[in-house]
Amino acid sequence: MSTPAQALPLLPTAHAGVAPRPIRSATGEPPWVKGLLIGAALAFLAFFLFLPLAIVFAEALKKGLEVYWASITEADAGSAIRLTLIAAGIAVPLNLVFGVAAAWCIAKFEFRGKNVLLTLIDLPFSVSPVISGLIYALVFGLQGWFGEWLRDHDLKIIFAVPGIVLATVFVTFPFVARELIPLMQAQGTEQEEAARVLGASGWQIFRRVTLPNIKWALLYGVILCNARAMGEFGAVSVVSGHIRGQTNTMPLHIEILYNEYQFAAAFAVASLLALLALVTLVLKYMVEQRVKAQKRGGRSRRVTPREPEA
Amino acid sequence: MLLSRALLQRHSVLPGFDLALGFTLLYLGFIVLVPLSAAFLKTATMTWPAFWDTVTSPRVLASYRLTFGASFAAALLNVVAGLMVAWVLVRYGFPGRRIVDALVDLPFALPTAVAGIALTALYAKNGWIGSLLPFKVSYTPLGVFVALTFIGLPFVVRTVQPVLEDLQQEVEEAAATLGANRWQTFWRVILPVLTPALLTGFALAFARALGEYGSVIFIAGNMPMVSEITPLLIITKLEQYDYAGATAIATVMLVAAFALLLAINGLQAWARARQGR
Repeated sequence: MSTPAQALPLLPTAHAGVAPRPIRSATGEPPWVKGLLIGAALAFLAFFLFLPLAIVFAEALKKGLEVYWASITEADAGSAIRLTLIAAGIAVPLNLVFGVAAAWCIAKFEFRGKNVLLTLIDLPFSVSPVISGLIYALVFGLQGWFGEWLRDHDLKIIFAVPGIVLATVFVTFPFVARELIPLMQAQGTEQEEAARVLGASGWQIFRRVTLPNIKWALLYGVILCNARAMGEFGAVSVVSGHIRGQTNTMPLHIEILYNEYQFAAAFAVASLLALLALVTLVLKYMVEQRVKAQKRGGRSRRVTPREPEA
Repeated sequence: MLLSRALLQRHSVLPGFDLALGFTLLYLGFIVLVPLSAAFLKTATMTWPAFWDTVTSPRVLASYRLTFGASFAAALLNVVAGLMVAWVLVRYGFPGRRIVDALVDLPFALPTAVAGIALTALYAKNGWIGSLLPFKVSYTPLGVFVALTFIGLPFVVRTVQPVLEDLQQEVEEAAATLGANRWQTFWRVILPVLTPALLTGFALAFARALGEYGSVIFIAGNMPMVSEITPLLIITKLEQYDYAGATAIATVMLVAAFALLLAINGLQAWARARQGR
């Protein structure tokens, strides 16, 4: 986000992280109002944000490092971690390919029904996680459309790993597409067209022209997609069947431990996911800066030609 | 070739339209449209009276009241607190501002189950915050409100923040020159500009809260008629193998969610028009 200097161009330039010099201007608030607002905002964030994050680690380490270590290394936790990695490892690449394909046709071409397509892509975000799981149970479950056929062929999707993967794919469906579409729309088609005129093939255009332009936004989408994929609870809960050591992801494992009053163990596994969230936020912040820089660069590139990439 | 001939409105020299759109539609169909249509088709197999009885039974009605009520209240708190947080982040410098700014997105990144157990422990009777409060929060409807506030927190901040950053300082100066005090300037000049963003943030937080499950079920206590949210009721029906009942309630929630999605799209179009983008 921008520094206060950007928001208040009249004040003396403030470097990031350093408070602007307190000058009473016609468009500023008196110091006591400022203090009150900052205090109230931080208090709200403490109650609803900082303390919930802190308590995860506090509870996880409450019974000492040994219990912590044992909780995250025992067999069921290990298999939950493995399943979470598998689900994310399949869902993220699939939605990455989809996101690029969707962004390519939406941003680079004019076609009928584009707005409908845009709305449909966003659809999974407005569906409750529980319903996301339910709809797959309706299609692949024993009472579902393909239930009998799957049973006759000895295939298991619901209450098994494929169902978990499908539900994860659904809830993370729009993430990459959503980041790419506005950026690629803003970048236009001139560079790709120039490459085409110069004789580049489709794949060359994508790899040498488009990809360098969208790589940070792509990474941004992947980071968000991955965080959601690893943390999904509701949708996965419906299709998992909660078989210990087999169909439990990390969030489901946390639920089981918690319901068995093994609080330290539950929070220990939760702390791993909280760490993942913090890493996600750091990466997100770093990539955001890059995307911003690229957007600024994108504007100037039209005027000043860049050095060709080696 | 078929897709490009049927749909393209303008010829393009760029390749890959058929492949990209073909894959997009196929994937969208398999992952999203076909499964979603299963919910509506399953509901369509029910008779109308059976459907109506299911979605208006007292326990279900109580869950709507809680889900919609708590979502509304949480989104409302987030409008006020989110505006304050955005204001402080954009306008004031204080130590740790950037870290706070980055942490605002935590509810997006933190898995809901983790948020659920953390909030429950925090607001329980013997918890860090719960022990200081004279009333119970965890295992009551108030707990649902707390969890939904957490979940919706980033939406208002992140929709208001960019508008606040783009706000023209000159307008505020003009107001001051014309004799408005700071409060009048805020109320009559700044707030009207922020209104579309605030409404959008409210709608986004509200929509997210309606479907939320993971963070709520730990803190809610899940007592039928009292602290049972609608998504949990869907799960309960599923566990009793009442697929039709679960799907009927899901259909009601889906219709509400899609109506909200349309409203949000409308709000965002309005906000863009107001911002002149």
